[in-house]
Amino acid sequence: MQIARTWRQQASNLRLSGTQCASCHAHFFPGRIRCPHCASTDMQPHAFSGQGEVLVTTVVHEAPRNFEEQVPYLAGLVRLAEGPVIAALLTDVDPKDVAPGMPVEMVTRRIKSDGTSGPIVYAYKFAPLISELQDTP
Amino acid sequence: MKPDRQVGIIGYGGYIPRFRIDSSEIDRVWRSAGRPPARFFKAVPGPDEDTTTIAIQAARNAMRMARIDPDELRAVWFGTESKPYAVKPTSTIVADAIGALPHANAADWEFACKPGTEAMQAAIAMVGSGMAPYALCGGADTSQARPGDVLEFFTGAGGAAYILGPADKGLATVEASNSYVTNTPDFFRREGQAYPSHGQRFTGEPAYFHHIQSAVEQLFAETGHTAADYRFAVFHQPNYQFPLKVAASLGFPKESVAPFILTHRIGNTYSGAALLGFAKALDEAEPGDRILLASYGSGAGSDAFSFVVTEGIAEIRQRGIPLETYLSRHKPIDYALYARYRGKLRLT
Repeated sequence: MQIARTWRQQASNLRLSGTQCASCHAHFFPGRIRCPHCASTDMQPHAFSGQGEVLVTTVVHEAPRNFEEQVPYLAGLVRLAEGPVIAALLTDVDPKDVAPGMPVEMVTRRIKSDGTSGPIVYAYKFAPLISELQDTP
Repeated sequence: MKPDRQVGIIGYGGYIPRFRIDSSEIDRVWRSAGRPPARFFKAVPGPDEDTTTIAIQAARNAMRMARIDPDELRAVWFGTESKPYAVKPTSTIVADAIGALPHANAADWEFACKPGTEAMQAAIAMVGSGMAPYALCGGADTSQARPGDVLEFFTGAGGAAYILGPADKGLATVEASNSYVTNTPDFFRREGQAYPSHGQRFTGEPAYFHHIQSAVEQLFAETGHTAADYRFAVFHQPNYQFPLKVAASLGFPKESVAPFILTHRIGNTYSGAALLGFAKALDEAEPGDRILLASYGSGAGSDAFSFVVTEGIAEIRQRGIPLETYLSRHKPIDYALYARYRGKLRLT
């Protein structure tokens, strides 16, 4: 695992930090240095609210290296409230309970770790909105 | 002890994982552990959760209630005895996640189950001295217990965070605090060991009870208060019985203590235990209420605090997430999944 790369991604991993075009106001996650809509290079940092909705999900049973501990897990596409669609993992929800359109919010979780002696990567996942939690005994 | 300038709690938040294991399920697997306790549940962190993720969510919930600029936090201090990294601060990750870096002090505190209240005392001093406008402190744990040990029935997971600031912006004002600490080895975990060791009944009278009683009695002596002056009292809660017994010895009626004992619902969350109980009390408090908070950490010591709830609590509190939201989450798992999620199965 590359420590420097993980370190460079911490703002987006931990705070969902992207960019907004100062010219046409489009949002981007991850951040961009040039707007693909209007070609402006005046891109400002933008902390996303973390709110969004599920577009599509799938259950991962055969995980890539360093993700084995969490199988089976949910991966999907989430549309952020500001517009961008991002690929992300879902948590705190069972596959049978997730559906397109479900409102979710960003939480920070362990994404992967390099064995027992390497670094731990903490980053965003998406969970059901806290106000809509319905787990019961 | 109290600061020169009045300090208040301007935000708080808790977090508890959603998985629960039933004590009868643990007893099914480990009948050799002896007499099973009364049936209850404990919270289990999911495979993508640890003390850091719990602390981050608690801190975010506290910030959600406080509504301050994270740049104004001059300290982010979390206490735990289950650090994901033996060397590398959890608090820098928490501070980064809430946007409080880089101009802040960040450190991990350790004193068995009471580092969170030690951090709270320091945060009160930092704000009270004028060194910082705001400081965040808290405690979180994914409590460890050796499989089959009686301790395994009780060890849960969770944490809480508090933001200290000027009293006039607070939902509760700090009246006074007192600590009582001795060199008492009732419970410990040696370097490199996965699970703690404890002194069985030695953890009771000479440890938990003596230290909490001493800290609270001195607090009473310094403030002139008695148990009758408090509406609620929150104690460290390693099990359901200990806080009730220590409360009775100090003159507190059961109804002022029992609603804030969470052990039967989520287990003993170690560094999070007293602070989560305190969050539950604040969720139910009304202006003018006086609340006692007394932690306990093995090794051993107790920090006792006296708070008075302000007129602003209803407006500030409604911005946060009631602890009951997390307490009532309940995704049952069996011992096999619990063993997997807690890393009790060594694959290599």
